[in-house]
Amino acid sequence: MNTQSSILDVEDLVKHYSVGGGFFGYGRQQLKAVDRISFHIGERETLGLVGESGCGKSTVGKAVLRLVEPTAGRVALQGEEITGLDAASLLQRRKRMQVIFQDPYSSLNPRMTAGDIVQEPLINFGIGNRAEQQERVAALFARVGLRPDQRVNYPHEFSGGQRQRLGIARALALGPSLIIGDEPVSALDVSVQAQVINLMMELQQEFGLSYLFIAHDLGVVEHISHRVAVMYLGKIVEIAPREALFKAPRHPYTEALLAAVPVAHPRARRPRVVLKGDVPSPINPPPGCRFHTRCPIAVPRCRQEEPQMVIDAAGHGVACHLRVTPA
Amino acid sequence: MSEAVLLVEGLRTEFSTGDGPPAVAVQDLSFHVNRGETLCIVGESGCGKSLTALSVLRLLPRPYGRIGAGRVLLDGRNLVDLPEPEIRAIRGRAVSMIFQEPMTSLNPVLNIGRQIAETVMVHEGLPWPACMDRALEMLRLVRIPEPERRLHEYPHQLSGGMRQRVMIAMALACRPRVLLADEPTTALDVTIQAQILDLIRDLQRETGTAVVLITHDLGVVAEMADRVLVMYAGSKVEEGTAEEIFDTPSHPYTRGLMGAMPHLGGGHGTRLNEIPGVVPALTARPSGCAFAPRCSLATDKCRSEAPGLNNIGGSHLIACWEVNGGLPT
Repeated sequence: MNTQSSILDVEDLVKHYSVGGGFFGYGRQQLKAVDRISFHIGERETLGLVGESGCGKSTVGKAVLRLVEPTAGRVALQGEEITGLDAASLLQRRKRMQVIFQDPYSSLNPRMTAGDIVQEPLINFGIGNRAEQQERVAALFARVGLRPDQRVNYPHEFSGGQRQRLGIARALALGPSLIIGDEPVSALDVSVQAQVINLMMELQQEFGLSYLFIAHDLGVVEHISHRVAVMYLGKIVEIAPREALFKAPRHPYTEALLAAVPVAHPRARRPRVVLKGDVPSPINPPPGCRFHTRCPIAVPRCRQEEPQMVIDAAGHGVACHLRVTPA
Repeated sequence: MSEAVLLVEGLRTEFSTGDGPPAVAVQDLSFHVNRGETLCIVGESGCGKSLTALSVLRLLPRPYGRIGAGRVLLDGRNLVDLPEPEIRAIRGRAVSMIFQEPMTSLNPVLNIGRQIAETVMVHEGLPWPACMDRALEMLRLVRIPEPERRLHEYPHQLSGGMRQRVMIAMALACRPRVLLADEPTTALDVTIQAQILDLIRDLQRETGTAVVLITHDLGVVAEMADRVLVMYAGSKVEEGTAEEIFDTPSHPYTRGLMGAMPHLGGGHGTRLNEIPGVVPALTARPSGCAFAPRCSLATDKCRSEAPGLNNIGGSHLIACWEVNGGLPT
């Protein structure tokens, strides 16, 4: 499908959770968090994954890392399938894919020093001797903009932005080729957010990283991504190179999402079409196209038949009966 | 210009710290908001914007927080030294407030109809059926679908956007003169945020309520503000009409914030403008201009002496020694 070498290939990924149910699980229902989604990420490429809360974007990240076990589908890292690998083999692949979470505080051990946190992956994988590990930690600290003397501090002694730098240093320790960022800048103040975004973009250039950047802020995603995928209720509804997606969106949901973003200047205020209602529950999602209950242009066919993703030669794909990709 | 409904003059909010001198969270802050107008107070966490709103309603955490100086005038009446029963009569009636996380501000064991009706009963002393009628009317006003059924539901049965609508219904039930909205859409998705902002704007047009909207999001400011007040480390650093602030952001902090925020159509690959460092802690405010340690224009004077507010044209005020009347390039 893609000509350049692919770092991550995801095919028909599915993650269902069983929820509810009474005695012995009678009446359990399937929550379709991720329902047959496919995408790839090339070398040195950032794929932005956007959608509203509950659309399944974080589950995609976890399923790719196999932090949650996918229900079905295939995930390949640098051409090698990792779904189905046993724990020991998977562990080795983990060196090449790392994750950064939204809240760095809850993802850093409060009882370890910052230096130990960054050194731990090196110890776990037995990389280098103690002196070499220390040296590597010092280099990582310098690279992400932390002072060397901060190695002896504990996570609570750092500010939010510094903690995120620490999370990044830990993710870089093993020299990964793919980093999955799950809302990595959402909890930060604007001025600090800019520092972390700039750092992530520099590191991408320097170490040739690929990113799966999961976020809800469209401004941030446009800034950092090369391509963008839009999710709604467990499905990718549109995927396209950044410029095409933001300048010429095809799916009505993407249009609505972009229209809802606040303007950049008071003179740009305009009346807009605001999506009505809330996102339906992913338990028993609407039949047909999942967006039809809120779609301004839905026709009867949308209620019955699920649209398939069709991707054109330029890599712009949309799953909509009415906005078919031109041949 | 119509006259101010709410006028705050020289507000100083401080917290006792045990042994040391009190920590000053809000310093010499003055602002006003007119009938039917939206004033946005913008700044990052720790700048004192929420404490400003809490000070207006005297909801500061006790016993540590207190108003050290200044006046808060509501239609000319000073709220700072009102006896407790009188300020309670004002909260929720003449001035009401909505918060970022509606779930923590709603009572989980009462249905929403009762919660709205209680507000009306306490403040207006109407018979209960009339209060419930008002609750229903308010749910309709904030466009909650099937209001008759929702009246009997509990907060956990509602989505985040729906809960924020209930909060707004409750806040507006007694037709307040002033609505203080503290990050009302920060916890919401962008499509729901758009619904809530539209709702606040429409209701304001119908009722003429003055709105003080507190936010960290310059996009929300651009959508909503008539006038803007930028705060940093407890002080006002810039104030003006929305056009003045967005056309000629002048304080280095305001300009830094604008450059730091990625916005749609902003392009890819360019470096975002960083403001180095972080907001200083409450107890470690630098002497002189509080922004000086992070400011690229800072001089020795900035580090020793705090600048006062200067008018740089129209109603545009800034507190900076280095920038006067526009943008040095």
